[in-house]
Amino acid sequence: MIVASNIAFALLSVGVLCTLVRLVSGPSLADRVVATDLFLTYLVMGAAVHAAREGDGRYLTVMLIVAIVGFLGTAMVARFIERRGA
Amino acid sequence: MSVTDVLSAILILSGCFLGLVGGIGMVRLPDVFGRMHAATKPPTLGLVLVALGAILRVDQVSDITMLVLVIMLQFLTAPVGAHLVGRAAYGSGDLVAPDTVIDELAETEPETGAGTPADEP
Repeated sequence: MIVASNIAFALLSVGVLCTLVRLVSGPSLADRVVATDLFLTYLVMGAAVHAAREGDGRYLTVMLIVAIVGFLGTAMVARFIERRGA
Repeated sequence: MSVTDVLSAILILSGCFLGLVGGIGMVRLPDVFGRMHAATKPPTLGLVLVALGAILRVDQVSDITMLVLVIMLQFLTAPVGAHLVGRAAYGSGDLVAPDTVIDELAETEPETGAGTPADEP
């Protein structure tokens, strides 16, 4: 389980690096919103992998809150883009 | 290692691989809509697989409940968020890749889709 979770963390880290590249270089605001959403999804997945690795649920509340805040932020910025147009 | 540990490891590894596929798609795809596709669908399935693998490993009922809540929340909110972002990006005249096959909004709203919904104030 330790080896599997290490490999899982490595895969997630590569994904986070790709997302950060898009977050820095994304030409429009919508690209950055999408990249931030994916970044928060990676955070939730990392918390789940950590819970499976240690066998305790200490970070599962963080996971739920990050999922909710990620959706709310995406929806808010999407409304903002729609009003402003950019 | 028991059978559930092996099953959990397989689920977690495949879920993280799907998440990595989403990240690669974020870099490689040409426009916002393709990136949105890559950022929404594979990581949602990957998160479900990772959460199932974590359900097999935690033993308290409250933890299992919270993981099931996260799965349901992700299934409900990921399509809605992607739809909102896509609608807003199209309405603000974002770049559509030239090899896009179907663009139905351009057919219904030929003036580059001044895409605000009808019920918008």
